[in-house]
Amino acid sequence: MMSIFGRSVLPPAVHPAMLAPDWPSGFWSHLIIFIVILFVFYIFMAMAFIYFERRVISRFQIRIGPNRIGPFGLLQPVADVIKILIKEDIVPNNVDKWIYLLAPAVAVVPSILIFAVIPFQNGASLIDLNIGILYVVAISSISVVGLVMAGWSSNNKYSLISAMRVIAQVVSYEIPMALAIIGVVVFSGTLSMNGIVQAQTVPYILLQPLGFVIYFLASMAEINRTPFDLLEAEGEIVAGFNIEYSGFKFALFYLTEYAEAIGVSTIITTIYLAGWKGPFLPPAFGIVWFLIKVFAVFALIIWVRATLPRLRIDQVMGFAWKCLLPLSLINLLITGAQVVFWPNLSQWVIVGVNFVLAGLLIALWSRFFKLTGDKVEV
Amino acid sequence: MVLKTETFILNAGPQHPSTHGVFRMRFTLDGEVIQDVEPVFGYLHRGIEKLAEGLTYPQDIVFTDRLDYLASMTNNQAYVVAVEKLAGIEVPERAEYLRVIMAELMRISSHLMAVGFLLNDIGAFLTPLLYMYREREKILDLYDMVCGQRLTYNYMRIGGVSQDIPEEFLPALQRLIDSLPRFIKEYEQLLEFNEILLMRTKNVGTLSKEAAINFSAAGPVLRGSGVKWDIRKADPYSVYNRFNFEVPVGVKGDVYDRYRVRIEEMHQSINIIKQAVAQLPQGEIMAKVSRVLKPAKGEAYGHIEGPKGELGFYIVSDGSANPYRLHIRPPSLINLTALRELVIGTKIADAMAIFGSIDICVGEVDR
Amino acid sequence: MKFKNYGEGIAKGMFITMKNAIRHPITTQYPEQRLNISRRTRGNQLVWDKEKCISCSMCARACPVNCITMVTSRDENKKLKMDKMDFDAGICISCGLCVEACPQTCLFMSVDYEKARYSRKDFKLTKEDITMTEKSKPSGYYSPENEAKLPTQTLLINRK
Repeated sequence: MMSIFGRSVLPPAVHPAMLAPDWPSGFWSHLIIFIVILFVFYIFMAMAFIYFERRVISRFQIRIGPNRIGPFGLLQPVADVIKILIKEDIVPNNVDKWIYLLAPAVAVVPSILIFAVIPFQNGASLIDLNIGILYVVAISSISVVGLVMAGWSSNNKYSLISAMRVIAQVVSYEIPMALAIIGVVVFSGTLSMNGIVQAQTVPYILLQPLGFVIYFLASMAEINRTPFDLLEAEGEIVAGFNIEYSGFKFALFYLTEYAEAIGVSTIITTIYLAGWKGPFLPPAFGIVWFLIKVFAVFALIIWVRATLPRLRIDQVMGFAWKCLLPLSLINLLITGAQVVFWPNLSQWVIVGVNFVLAGLLIALWSRFFKLTGDKVEV
Repeated sequence: MVLKTETFILNAGPQHPSTHGVFRMRFTLDGEVIQDVEPVFGYLHRGIEKLAEGLTYPQDIVFTDRLDYLASMTNNQAYVVAVEKLAGIEVPERAEYLRVIMAELMRISSHLMAVGFLLNDIGAFLTPLLYMYREREKILDLYDMVCGQRLTYNYMRIGGVSQDIPEEFLPALQRLIDSLPRFIKEYEQLLEFNEILLMRTKNVGTLSKEAAINFSAAGPVLRGSGVKWDIRKADPYSVYNRFNFEVPVGVKGDVYDRYRVRIEEMHQSINIIKQAVAQLPQGEIMAKVSRVLKPAKGEAYGHIEGPKGELGFYIVSDGSANPYRLHIRPPSLINLTALRELVIGTKIADAMAIFGSIDICVGEVDR
Repeated sequence: MKFKNYGEGIAKGMFITMKNAIRHPITTQYPEQRLNISRRTRGNQLVWDKEKCISCSMCARACPVNCITMVTSRDENKKLKMDKMDFDAGICISCGLCVEACPQTCLFMSVDYEKARYSRKDFKLTKEDITMTEKSKPSGYYSPENEAKLPTQTLLINRK
């Protein structure tokens, strides 16, 4: 298949039902060994992200983070995990029992399933589906059901308010996210994740700056990070849907939050920053560039968290429907027009034109729309 | 078919991360919109007014420290001004200037904390709060150098102050007031044009001029609504009529205006400290007061401009060494009477922002 | 046409956060590094100079919370002597009024601040516990000669 700018894209390295040519003894051993590697990667990255976040946020606040446990505090996440696992698991009396017990599982599992299609190197993913990015969008919407189950079954008014906010926020931000992804797919010509990485000679963050901004903001709203973290806002509703959870179930919710952050960082790296590609290193070491880019994206997320206050729920909804959705539609229109009418233009001209258009659109949009809600008559 | 809805009661209970202390608010909510609020307080009542009747006048200064424990110097000053008015004592010049320097430093520290906690409640995850705390640490170091404590100072006495300043105080103070305006400007820049902060604080919790006067509000709440009333200019006590400084006044009376008034007041306090250090005379620090003070029969009301509003003490004396009645006018409690009108019709997130901008301290509300 | 609200304020804020992230952190790692405490600090231990004391009980009368209990009696020369002096460090609020009230300046506060104990009974001290020895460290509150012997305080304003 040919991508938009006339360069050919290699066929996916693994057909979904066949083995990779260099793995011995069949399809099942590849699957099982890679699943074990993925789990180890997942747990290790979750602990690394927890440690990284605490140290970096402390530097923004001019203090030293945890540095007592182990050299430079590197065993701090281990201590955290042990502490959470040995805490008492309290189940209150009037909760809706089965929904209460199943909610953490429903929330955690989809965030692990995303890792099945991410390419760590050229062709090195668990399964290289040819509908990769569509699978990601579909799976990541399931975990909100777990949060709503937690909020409803806890029999607590604070959790109920939080559950209602979760539904509204996550469902509204799915649409700009999906539309920004369609912009990328139009440029690359394939839905498979490995194919998207291979089609990027110029990283898509330069070719679609407006799409990157929209996708970044929408995915921060999906994973409930500041400035959209009003679901677990400490100031008002004191930890939201995980008020009544303690012990291992709380550990699963905590892990979900970081797993979604890892998932979003890896997806942004794959789609917009050209995944495992990078200069100066032979192609067998693509995973080094991959990890560097993932940590860079996460550092940007932490930087935004350390600086900005949070928004109110009606401002969040207004931002999604009045601002991000029309901008993502216009982005798609511009991308489509460029592909259809000027397919042979050099890529750097498109970069320049897109940056100018992005700046113009953001300035224009900010002038003409109003976000605040007023006082309601009682 | 009409959709049937029901209101429910949410208890922002005594233990909550954003009510500054043990203060309870019972909201009646319809979805996210607040229909009614009922504040419940009294969880920190210690009986200070009754206990003060069993102690002598100099011993009562210790209890006034613990009223608004974040601004102890101005509490001391209010009590001492009231007793001096009752007993007719003249305070020497050097003591007055030292009192002014300490009170203005206290005002800066209290406003730093108020602004920091307001931003923390709005959601900025501790970063502006820790920047403000860093500057407040420098002020607390100065207080530690003079009177030995960082929180409950017990520094002012009836007739003057208790100890003179050591010789490394003035150079350190000079360095502090040279570096502080730059830091305050940096924090203003962090948040002044920030769109999210503007969206959260503009047109939220608007208190009109007439309503502010009717609720007898005082301090930045009153000045944010446009009323230019400051006791340091309207009824000057101590030596405040020798300094020239301005009184910042807001326009609309929303949360943003009160936040700006507090930041401008910090700049004006730095101005006053500079003038006081330049005019500081030598001399005595305490007037000749008998060891057991027995003022004549009568009553007096002494008030000052504290960081949270007008703090007043009403003392009735019957000629003995203990006061007959000591009553405190707490600015936080009287500013809170406006809470119900401000909060009805807004959402929960706004209610916390409004509550943070009134800036209470529960030790004062409950005494 | 004037443009506003397009994210300029947010960008400025993030730039300031990054500028502060490069500064040296101001944490003091406590048990390894200790700062010098103020020379006039008011701890809640008392240091009592036994030779100069005349048992007048002014300190017990000046205390607002009655944490000093003194029992005195007259001996054969009609001079006051001290039978019992109990000091409850758990009730003391570190106000320093007792130090101010003493006419012979024989009572001082202590600079030692690491005085946590395991049970409430250990807070009740007798007069042997608070008598001044070589190892006790009186602070300079209301006593300039003690103040001159202590090291100067570390100030945050002097650290960059």
